[in-house]
Amino acid sequence: MFCFVLLVFSLFQLTPALPVYQKHLLSCCESADLVNNCLNTIKESETEADAEMATGDLEPTHFPARRAAKVALHYINTQHGSPFKVFGLQTVHKARAEAVETGGRKYNLDFSVINWANEGSGLLSCTAEVFFPQNGPPEVQYNCDGLQKVNFTSEETDFLQKYREPESPLTAQYIPDSYGNMTDEMKPFWHLARVAASFIMLRESSEKTELNMAQVANITQQVTHENELKLNYYVLLHDMPSQEIIHWKLLMSWSPDGGVRVLNSEWQPKCPHDVPPNDNNTEPVSN
Amino acid sequence: MKLYLYQAIFTLLVCEGLIKGDQVFRIHAETEDHLEVLNKLKGNRELDFWTDGISTALPVDIRVPHASLYAVKKFLNGKKIPFTVMINNVQELLDKEKAEMRKNAAMESSSKIFNFTTYHTLDEIYSWMDTLVAAHSNVVSKVDIGKSYENRPMYVLKFSTGGAGKPAIWIDAGIHAREWISHATAVWIANQIATDFASKRAPVPKILGVMDIYMLIVANPDGYVFSHTSPNELYRFWRKNRSVTSNPKCRGVDINRNWDAEFGTPGASDDPCAEDYRGPSANSEIEVKNMANFIVNNANFKSFITLHSFKQLLMYPYGYTGKDTPDKSELHSVALSAANALKSWHGTVYQVGSIFSTIEQASGASIDWAYNRGIKYSYAFELRDTGTYGFLLPADQIVSTSRETWLAIKYIMNYVCDKL
Repeated sequence: MFCFVLLVFSLFQLTPALPVYQKHLLSCCESADLVNNCLNTIKESETEADAEMATGDLEPTHFPARRAAKVALHYINTQHGSPFKVFGLQTVHKARAEAVETGGRKYNLDFSVINWANEGSGLLSCTAEVFFPQNGPPEVQYNCDGLQKVNFTSEETDFLQKYREPESPLTAQYIPDSYGNMTDEMKPFWHLARVAASFIMLRESSEKTELNMAQVANITQQVTHENELKLNYYVLLHDMPSQEIIHWKLLMSWSPDGGVRVLNSEWQPKCPHDVPPNDNNTEPVSN
Repeated sequence: MKLYLYQAIFTLLVCEGLIKGDQVFRIHAETEDHLEVLNKLKGNRELDFWTDGISTALPVDIRVPHASLYAVKKFLNGKKIPFTVMINNVQELLDKEKAEMRKNAAMESSSKIFNFTTYHTLDEIYSWMDTLVAAHSNVVSKVDIGKSYENRPMYVLKFSTGGAGKPAIWIDAGIHAREWISHATAVWIANQIATDFASKRAPVPKILGVMDIYMLIVANPDGYVFSHTSPNELYRFWRKNRSVTSNPKCRGVDINRNWDAEFGTPGASDDPCAEDYRGPSANSEIEVKNMANFIVNNANFKSFITLHSFKQLLMYPYGYTGKDTPDKSELHSVALSAANALKSWHGTVYQVGSIFSTIEQASGASIDWAYNRGIKYSYAFELRDTGTYGFLLPADQIVSTSRETWLAIKYIMNYVCDKL
């Protein structure tokens, strides 16, 4: 039903020649055989250790600690990310996990972080507490030494000025391309996509996922008269445990003072049998 | 007649391209036919060719005017010529790209050397294999170990100084189609083994004096081709093979969940639409059958190494359980030393551990099968990076990744050799 609606909607709403990514979605749905048993959700990995998740001191190089640290980083990026600031995990030094009496589990972590948007810059040292409730998205508290000092104000201001009121709205596809290439001009937009995607990844994370942004399929700028950039993104996320590629559309805004805000996000089915994640994912993500 | 046809196509204004402005198409010619088509297109004055040379080794860039976008795309898709759309900022790109392409074309035409600094198609890799064998026929030969699901050959390069039943090392790459850096690294390493042998560079002559090395560079040829040539660019991320499954909407089995190693237990999916679909039964996939049969029936393997990406991990069995293998402590310490050797090249840090603990539980995995058959030194590499580019690792990292990985593999091979 969903695909039929999408098909009809597209016929009336869109010009005949669709962007590559939308055309392929449609071609998948056009031949839809909706009667099938396939579910393509982020698979809950049935691990042997399901009943007893790693507790106490954790081996920092093993996945439970790493997954929790990445969740902390998603949160840090939602708070601090910009076209010139995207934080990635360098190493987990220490980690502990324990069950919480009222339900859920929490991790305490000690880890170092780099700015992917400024390679060659030093490591930041962080601690965080990540709480995975029984239901709902994880909650993070953190502290990073020197985070406030990571400053790109003048680059950010210049960037905003350059793209704020363009002659024609920016549009681009496949960043990076299949060969890992992108122009220097596209890098800040790539970083912004990752920051915006962090809102989604944070919300969709659990102890059984390890989410990353694989590629930006499409960017379209939305012209605005505010002092900010407004961008539509189609992003491809990758989940390590299930190895799935998950598609999301989102609309975000950014300004040097306001940071990144995701105004709308919508899960995209890869194929007709796709089932959306449990959360209500069509509401604006609040920050 | 044909020229008129091409002209006619480009005067078609079927519909407005949704992407405004001119675009630059990057075209990857893969066959002689493609080259012929491209050469003919050069006669069309509307198309602005940025690349002087036309070859299969280098991409051909063409600036296509806005009005012709739809027609050109349709034409290229009809001819099954793979291409990617560059961004809509033609002027800025112009100078930078043009200079780079001229430099590459000059290099390529002057040296006629295989370009290790770029990703190659299956056809290019297969034709390079033949040139490697021809250039080092005293030590390298090519073995056909069987056909893929779509009937493509699977070739193993055998490095041997002769003699039957020698202890051997197995290295494979490309089990997962989208992990392009694994194929590229394997190509570089194969070349390095041959050239190190030729220049008598330690420890390769010593190792080949006592052991044979077998390298399967593209373990999943159908998937690899699909990730290059699917008209749907989102399938750059194809992982599995291309076999038809019980679900007509979903093809492909994860061939690293199809081995006969606790097949069917948690750590893989039984849903044909899942990326880690195990397949209907252990060894159901022809690619796995070919590999497993070859390993069982040939040589006396002492080490089994498989290359994947990404995550920067060096892992040993098991994937299907958290229980340690009896050899865990030796496997761990060899891996630590190998990871240190790797790090010495460029500072790249790898984590070391079992598959189960570093990634997650995985059943039907190749190194578990190999280990349980008595091939003690079984390792899986997850190459660069840790997520910045992920599967889309830029080509300018191929050689650096290859060099560091070679240091680790050399360490393992040398260790295994000394232990004989």
